[in-house]
Amino acid sequence: MRPGRYRLLVAALLLGAAVVPAPAATIQITIDNLVFAPAEVSAKVGDTVEWINKDVFAHTATARNGDFDVATPPKQTVTSVLTKAGSVEYYCRYHPNMKAVLTIAP
Amino acid sequence: MFIRLSAAIAALSLLGSAALAQGAKPTDPQIAHIAYTAGVIDINAAKQAISKASNKDVKAFAQDMVRDHEAVNKQALDLVKKLKVTPEDNDTSKTLSKQATEKLAELDKLKGAEYDKAYLANEVAYHKTVNSALETQLIPSASNAELKSLLQTGLKIFQGHQQHAEQVAAKLK
Repeated sequence: MRPGRYRLLVAALLLGAAVVPAPAATIQITIDNLVFAPAEVSAKVGDTVEWINKDVFAHTATARNGDFDVATPPKQTVTSVLTKAGSVEYYCRYHPNMKAVLTIAP
Repeated sequence: MFIRLSAAIAALSLLGSAALAQGAKPTDPQIAHIAYTAGVIDINAAKQAISKASNKDVKAFAQDMVRDHEAVNKQALDLVKKLKVTPEDNDTSKTLSKQATEKLAELDKLKGAEYDKAYLANEVAYHKTVNSALETQLIPSASNAELKSLLQTGLKIFQGHQQHAEQVAAKLK
């Protein structure tokens, strides 16, 4: 192996280690009959949320502070990765009565 | 203000009398027809609002109405097909449609902020009337369990629409 290649490999390994500090979890949040459940969820940065929309209605999971805005089409599951820490209130833009909280640890 | 208020009162009393005009207990095919008609009416009003409204929240609300009412009506069509029920036209449906046509013509004459307010006021009043009809007449009269359940879903989403319309209206002032 040429030295250049070796250095690249080491760099890639180091970078990889820095990017993945801990195993990320997958959290499920269900939307059923116009309700987010569970209403309060704890997660950490890097976790994936699986938004499971069981309704025949289109919904969104929209952070009040603008951190995320996920469209959840009817009868579909979509995923999003949490990138910012904070206690985030989110709601459905189409049905503003639907509200819940996601607490994201750094 | 006077025009807006009197229009709202007229809409309320007209729709109220339409809902009450029905003496006998409606049958499932009639209930399906009334529910579907009520949805079509709100979709038509929303389509008018999408082209006429000047406020972006009012336009977005109208888009929400089209999306949700089309979803409910699609469920209703799927259900009547599955149950092999033919929706049956009736006096309540006819009165609702007639009043809605008049209301659309009346709203069509308005412009700008005046239109936005009148559309929302009518949405609040209309959803109130439909919700009350669902609660006191249609849901208790429905005999098929799946139809009853669909009407209950409808009631829940339409109650949200009423509150949403009230919230958007409050922000316009």
